[in-house]
Amino acid sequence: MKKIVGYTNVWSVAPGDTLDVKVSTYGPETYRADLVRVICGDDDPDHGIFREEELAAPFNGDHPGRTQEICGGSWITVPSSPHLAGLSSFTVQTWVFPTTPARGEQGIIAHWDEDAGCGFALIIDENGAAALRIGDGTGSPVVVACDRPLAVRRWHLMAASFDATTGEIALYQQFAGPPFEADSSSSVFDKGAFKPATGALLMAALPTDQARTRQHFNGKLDRPRVTGRVLSCDESGALARDPAAQEREPHLVAAWDFSRDIGSCRVSDTGPNGLHGTTVNLPSRGVKGFNWSGNTQSWQHAPQEYGAIHFHEDDHYDAGWETDFSYTVPQDLASGVYAVRLRAGDDETYTPFFVRPPRGTATAKLAFLASTVTYMAYANYQWHQHEYFSEVTDLSWTPLDRDDVFLHEHPEIGLSTYDTHRDGSGVRFSSRLRPVFNTAPKTSLGGYNLNLDTLVLGWLETCGIACDVITDEDLHHEGASLLERYDAVVTGAHPEYFTTPMWDGLTAYIAGGGRLAYLGGNGFIWRCAMSEEMPGVIELRRAEDGIRYRDEEPGEYYHAFNGEYGGLWRRLGTAPQALVGVGTVAVGFDVSGVYRRRPESFEDRAAFIFEGIGEDETIGDFGYLGGGASGGEIDAADPMLGTPPHTLVVASSEGHSENTLLVPDETGFHHSAMDGAQNPRIKADMTFFETPGGGAVFSTGSIAWSASLPHNGWDNNVARLSENVLRRFLDPEPFTMPE
Amino acid sequence: MHQIDPTRTDLIAEFDANPDGPHSHELALVLNRLRIGPLEERYIVVCTKPRQAWAVARMPIERGQPLEFVDGAVFDNADDASRRVFRLRWRAVTGQEVAS
Repeated sequence: MKKIVGYTNVWSVAPGDTLDVKVSTYGPETYRADLVRVICGDDDPDHGIFREEELAAPFNGDHPGRTQEICGGSWITVPSSPHLAGLSSFTVQTWVFPTTPARGEQGIIAHWDEDAGCGFALIIDENGAAALRIGDGTGSPVVVACDRPLAVRRWHLMAASFDATTGEIALYQQFAGPPFEADSSSSVFDKGAFKPATGALLMAALPTDQARTRQHFNGKLDRPRVTGRVLSCDESGALARDPAAQEREPHLVAAWDFSRDIGSCRVSDTGPNGLHGTTVNLPSRGVKGFNWSGNTQSWQHAPQEYGAIHFHEDDHYDAGWETDFSYTVPQDLASGVYAVRLRAGDDETYTPFFVRPPRGTATAKLAFLASTVTYMAYANYQWHQHEYFSEVTDLSWTPLDRDDVFLHEHPEIGLSTYDTHRDGSGVRFSSRLRPVFNTAPKTSLGGYNLNLDTLVLGWLETCGIACDVITDEDLHHEGASLLERYDAVVTGAHPEYFTTPMWDGLTAYIAGGGRLAYLGGNGFIWRCAMSEEMPGVIELRRAEDGIRYRDEEPGEYYHAFNGEYGGLWRRLGTAPQALVGVGTVAVGFDVSGVYRRRPESFEDRAAFIFEGIGEDETIGDFGYLGGGASGGEIDAADPMLGTPPHTLVVASSEGHSENTLLVPDETGFHHSAMDGAQNPRIKADMTFFETPGGGAVFSTGSIAWSASLPHNGWDNNVARLSENVLRRFLDPEPFTMPE
Repeated sequence: MHQIDPTRTDLIAEFDANPDGPHSHELALVLNRLRIGPLEERYIVVCTKPRQAWAVARMPIERGQPLEFVDGAVFDNADDASRRVFRLRWRAVTGQEVAS
């Protein structure tokens, strides 16, 4: 059904920057591209608020179509080396922890030339057992295999040797799992011929005859080693357990140590020949090795116990497509959300990007902080297809659209941090360097992604409040200096994921007198990490608890990118309540609630918020998400979690349904009154507090808030209240702390 | 596990009148029963053309296999597709047909 997809190499650009647009078509020989400014991306005809502005651009027009492929799945590549190409007798070995051994042939360590039929490949065969393929290019390769499958999610030592003087092949599969399980160790001997391959050595995949990869491995490898002589089974075992391989084995060719460079794509060889390699497509590092003792939880504290890498057939980082055309952002292009609109046949797709003002400058008093890190966390999420309870969460049948079907049919495009890998493990990386269907206009508002945020942008446009658009990634790289140019910063509906530099930057901005309007819910919840070496991707370790679709693997709560402990900010001692006054208490996706003013709203300090709004007026009894302004995911104040003591809770919501439930981090024990119809703690709090620097923070604590802004032609009390706040926040008159 | 009473055609009528809800507690129990089953071979709604065409399909037994579209189950509105899915799942759970 999809005929065209695409992406850009960067999301945030400034005038003078060049972005590359990469397109793939499926059927049509040509496609049309146009530059548009996205003003409001909600194209529901019943709403009648969709607005995009077509703009002149050099690339506007027809382009030839072509299909570009993505090679998913992670592996390691080690460049060709005379030390490998000169092998005669040898032993290849590794610790292996297979997660899907029954899923057909999988490459483990392969120095194999598919065209010539020479080299060796240590593999898991179609029976799930250790096997060695070996050949000299003169006939059919010999394949020797153990007679029993590897055990799922258990460590084994796999080792294979070839004796050049006798032609003898030995293969060992040594079970290293719990001592009370059946011993599945086996070995096999055969005769064969060997001529080394000359190309790259691969781990966790096999090479194709076209220099690509296939037969990706699901599971972990630890301490892969190659020795230039025949090792007995016992010698291989001793070498595998010795971290100082080079000191033990004088004929060592290579000993890769995955516990080094864990935050990197580098793979270090600690042997004598420096056969260093590179990971491709972001396998998981900083994961428990064969020798994890359980005495420590951080790979930084005991790296020797975290010497494994977890590979997945559906890992993904950078699609690496060829560029169809590039676009240099003109100096006079105003800051905002833009997109390349791509059309082919009856299909259409958008590749959005965010134009910030010229670097080092601001062109408005207000900045809209686009939640690009959160957009990445949700990129192409497919939990409707992967979680059995998705329908009883959303209270609807699984609703797929053309984009979902395309993702279903093209797993190589990769997953989001809301999905599980094919082997059942959680997805930790999510990239924007691929087509991302749900970060685009004309997508579901219920995706809580860019399109919902365009309702805030559309509202700002309608009420004539000028703003620059900046992104999470800009904040991550530039910190508070990015924000300090602005009198006020406004968020979108769902700024959920924050790196530490983002958190610190926003904190410093607020402390320095900045004004923050948080017009959303479920904000500032999860800590995530980004890499300087590998841009355009986030890493997420969902430690401990929180509303999540999978448990994080025990012992692996620390990010590989930077060594930081992952999880909820509230579990890190810095809850969102301390930053913005409120933090998430409940989620529910059917009926939204409404706000009622509280006595604090009548204090002089809060008067500006409610100008033009009646004392008993119901606030937000309308909206496109659940019919009310308080819904989806809602936040409340909590002094125990750090809500500043002088915070005014000016309004709270009511009317939540029995399907709106406390989040796990709000209750340590399930009980019979955890829903919005019964539990008084299930409410959104609207809060306001001043800061000593003359700044202030206002929070609505509801994702649905933004979806109420357009009601009645943008003329309603949600829009009025929001405008009251922003107008005051843009007034340079300092706020003063209460007595 | 909630047992669906196949004689409660009033709940079917309630769903038909308002597929998106909110629903009565009794109907909500029925819908949760129809929705909490396994992913495999689950009947689902697929929007095949934005705001114009909807179909009913069946999730595959194994992840990654193609969706199986139900012959003739093509609609010009999401509600009718939703009503069809309701009937297919009702039949799967209760063993009894519901008239279209």
